Amino acid sequence: MIKIGPLPSWARLPRQPLLRHLLFAVVGGVFFYFLTQSLSDFNNFELGELAVYAIAIAGLSVLTGTNGQICLGQGAFVAVGAYTLAELEVHQSINLALQLLAAAAMAGAVGLVIAVPATRLRGPYLAGMTLLFALALPFLSDKYGNFFGGDQGLTVLPPSAPGSIDPVKWLTWIQLFCALVVMLLLANLLSSRFGRSFRAVRDDEVAAALAGVHVARNKVIAFVVSSACAGLAGGLLALSSGVVNTGEFPLSLSIFILAGMVLGGTGSVFGAWWGSILVVYLPNQWSQSLGNTFHFNHLVSANFAVIAFGAILIVMMLVAPSGIQGGVRWLGRRLVTFSTPTEPAGNISVSLQQAAEPQRSHDGSEAEHPPTDSGAAG
Amino acid sequence: MRLFVNITLGGVAEGLIFSSVALGLVLIFRATNIINFAQGAMAMLTTFIAFSVLGKGVGYWPAFLVALACGLLLGGVVQLTLVRPVQNKPPLNAVIVTFGLLIFLEGIAGAIWGNTNRGFPAAFSQKGLVVGKTAVAFSHFDIFIVVAVLALSILVGVLFRFTTVGLRMRAAAFAPEAARLLGVRVGRLLTLGWALAAVAGALAGLLVAPTSVFSPGYMDLILVYAFTAAVLGGLDSPLGALVGGVITGLALAYVGGYLGGSLQPIGALVLLIVVLMIRPEGIFSQPTARRV
Repeated sequence: MIKIGPLPSWARLPRQPLLRHLLFAVVGGVFFYFLTQSLSDFNNFELGELAVYAIAIAGLSVLTGTNGQICLGQGAFVAVGAYTLAELEVHQSINLALQLLAAAAMAGAVGLVIAVPATRLRGPYLAGMTLLFALALPFLSDKYGNFFGGDQGLTVLPPSAPGSIDPVKWLTWIQLFCALVVMLLLANLLSSRFGRSFRAVRDDEVAAALAGVHVARNKVIAFVVSSACAGLAGGLLALSSGVVNTGEFPLSLSIFILAGMVLGGTGSVFGAWWGSILVVYLPNQWSQSLGNTFHFNHLVSANFAVIAFGAILIVMMLVAPSGIQGGVRWLGRRLVTFSTPTEPAGNISVSLQQAAEPQRSHDGSEAEHPPTDSGAAG
Repeated sequence: MRLFVNITLGGVAEGLIFSSVALGLVLIFRATNIINFAQGAMAMLTTFIAFSVLGKGVGYWPAFLVALACGLLLGGVVQLTLVRPVQNKPPLNAVIVTFGLLIFLEGIAGAIWGNTNRGFPAAFSQKGLVVGKTAVAFSHFDIFIVVAVLALSILVGVLFRFTTVGLRMRAAAFAPEAARLLGVRVGRLLTLGWALAAVAGALAGLLVAPTSVFSPGYMDLILVYAFTAAVLGGLDSPLGALVGGVITGLALAYVGGYLGGSLQPIGALVLLIVVLMIRPEGIFSQPTARRV
């Protein structure tokens, strides 16, 4: 155990969540800028994909980890965003930023339609409904093939890069920028009044309602935020894949995103990056190299990713429900302790403010899971 | 008119299949407050086992029994190994575990039997019966579906109402602590409940397979239709599951018959939304107060 004494004031993280999160985002941005400069085109492309899935996972993570709801069809909301962007590009030529916002808004609107009936009740309704939604969505594009481009789907042109910037790098920057902005917004959301009421609803709906939290509205807001994140991810995914069809968004995508969330650490915004690594690399590179090592036959290698994700979901839930980020935090707490700086005397207003604000972990989220209330089965 | 009659008959047969999956969901939900999202995938696995047994040339009925027996075993094993550890955790943990099991079993089935679409034999002829002089879209196999699902429902009803085991299972579901104090082995009965639910699922798997393409994902939609049916019936009422299944089957048959088959999943989604908006507690559910 390493004990670290009070840090000098310049080395301390800002106390305001907004500044702290902004600092993290800027540091992340600088890190990614230099990383993209040193990577090859293909690796940059992968980095972009990482950012995209991190957005979808982070949204789901906020929904599940801090609001105690679950979406089994996050991949379907990704599809809604992707189709929205593709339709806008086919029919209208509007600014890319607006297209991406529209993708997020459309997915959020669909999320609203799902959430309003499902969140009125406590129970497995939202889970079942989102699974049904994920399975039903591909049938819409079959039925209205003219509009959705049928089996071929719709093509999306990559955004044109300004000046002499490499187009792949430009797209990666756009994706990374969106990911950082989304995470900044999510982290701030969690530190705000909304985040506190999300957690209150998760922990005890009745107590939250008694404390003046509008439970149903709260759950709807959390779900819409999560689906909007998925929609934005879908729009960004469409830009890098260049084509949008139903084959791109099977049920397994929803499962991959869910498994990414569970592995990364449910409720942790930063943990979404760990999960995203899994979602990007396991279905392709890792299963290929494992297949070559262990000589899988073609049936096993075709299904390896799906089996692995299923096993990850089950094993993580049984063994380590707080995920990698939970483990990192645990390790951090075991290894290093910061002694809290003493407040200078006379500065009462500051310490009062501090007392009013509950102490939060560094990325503004919590890995703890909602307490059980399923003991009394009925 | 003839189209309407045919669609209705088809809807009833299809709906009873949903009923039998929904019955499995309800049995588990009543006892453990968990929706088993792997119910369909477990049924898929037992049906694939029956498919392999059939390939050995032993005939339909031995394979049928093997599938039901495997269902019993699988349900018990899943409860003991995967569900029991998350039983007293937050409800989301169980959702994630059963959902993970769904995809895991589908992957395993794909790795063993391949992801190709196959055909699965039916126990009886699937040609429409001739009533008077007109052929109707209701076959011997559809009669078998009706008989099998009703028999299963009656068996479950008798078990719960008239046997000691059933009484204990009801007690374990209704008041686990009190039942445990009175000497009921609650844990064992929960395992038994899962096993029975998996048998209901296995039966459904065998009944669905001949009427659709047979591949590892073939129970996915059936599962969500059955979920709709179970919600419609109130989630904790076996009778509700039966009736909910038939209503869902009829509704989807009309959507499929008049608007096109590819709108059926959307129809189910709309039905679910309407039910949750209008009567979220379902048709047959007892009004309950949630304890704080």
